[in-house]
Amino acid sequence: MKARVTVMLKNGVLDPQGEAVKQALNSLEYNNVESVRQGKVIEIGLVETSKEKANKSIQEMCEKLLANTVIESYEIEFI
Amino acid sequence: MRAAVIIFPGSNCDRDLLAALRLTGHETISIWHKETELPKNIDLIAIPGGFSFGDYLRCGAIAARSPIFGEVIRHIDRGGYALGICNGFQILTEAGILPGILQLNEGTKFISKVVDLRVKNISSTFTHSYSSNRIISIPIAHHEGNYFASKDDLKKLHDENCIAFEYIDNPNGASDNIAGILSKNHRVLGMMPHPERHTESAHGSQDGYSFFKGLFETS
Repeated sequence: MKARVTVMLKNGVLDPQGEAVKQALNSLEYNNVESVRQGKVIEIGLVETSKEKANKSIQEMCEKLLANTVIESYEIEFI
Repeated sequence: MRAAVIIFPGSNCDRDLLAALRLTGHETISIWHKETELPKNIDLIAIPGGFSFGDYLRCGAIAARSPIFGEVIRHIDRGGYALGICNGFQILTEAGILPGILQLNEGTKFISKVVDLRVKNISSTFTHSYSSNRIISIPIAHHEGNYFASKDDLKKLHDENCIAFEYIDNPNGASDNIAGILSKNHRVLGMMPHPERHTESAHGSQDGYSFFKGLFETS
């Protein structure tokens, strides 16, 4: 079973990388770009048959290590 | 005083930190991160700067979950003293020992220069040898030193006199110009600037000397 975890900065948290990418896009004359937020994608291969168990386990991983919930939120999807 | 300096793959300020501690008369021991026990009678755990685990995932995230960290947390829970400098500060926030997190510098660039700091708290063992509001010159060298904490956490830090150092001229966008913070009991200090780099006359300034000399000294 494979899962994809997307970690993003929470709304309201300053994202200097996203801001720099936005400015670069604007300087390439993509003037329609209003905002950019940059995050991380983590793919996890799991030895697990129950989706429920897998979800619970990944949620734990996110809370313990993959995301810092002070400033980051995460989403889990199975692929 | 007996200090244990914890070393991770990618730590690169451990020798400077050991040198500063020895110069100021302390006993030192180096501990590899894979150890699961600390020697007895350790007064201070010191976590050096560097790029532990290559800054993978987030700065300090992997080091904060390394085998030795159970012992570090037990030491702190018992009321033990700990110091984290630069990457060491990032590791202490990642472990949840100090509130907040160090984010990418506001200008997105790595900054390496000497900055002026105001000493805010002068009651901790780390800072008692300075006078209140004294300005000291200490080097910084970081990419993720932009201190961020929730409004509630910032209020608590101010109310409980936990702000140890603040920048005179904020280099990285840190909330409330924060350069270093103390735990609630004032026994754990995390700071981005490197006092160990200003301890000897050849360093150009010795403003960091009193920092180490004053550890565990009663005034």
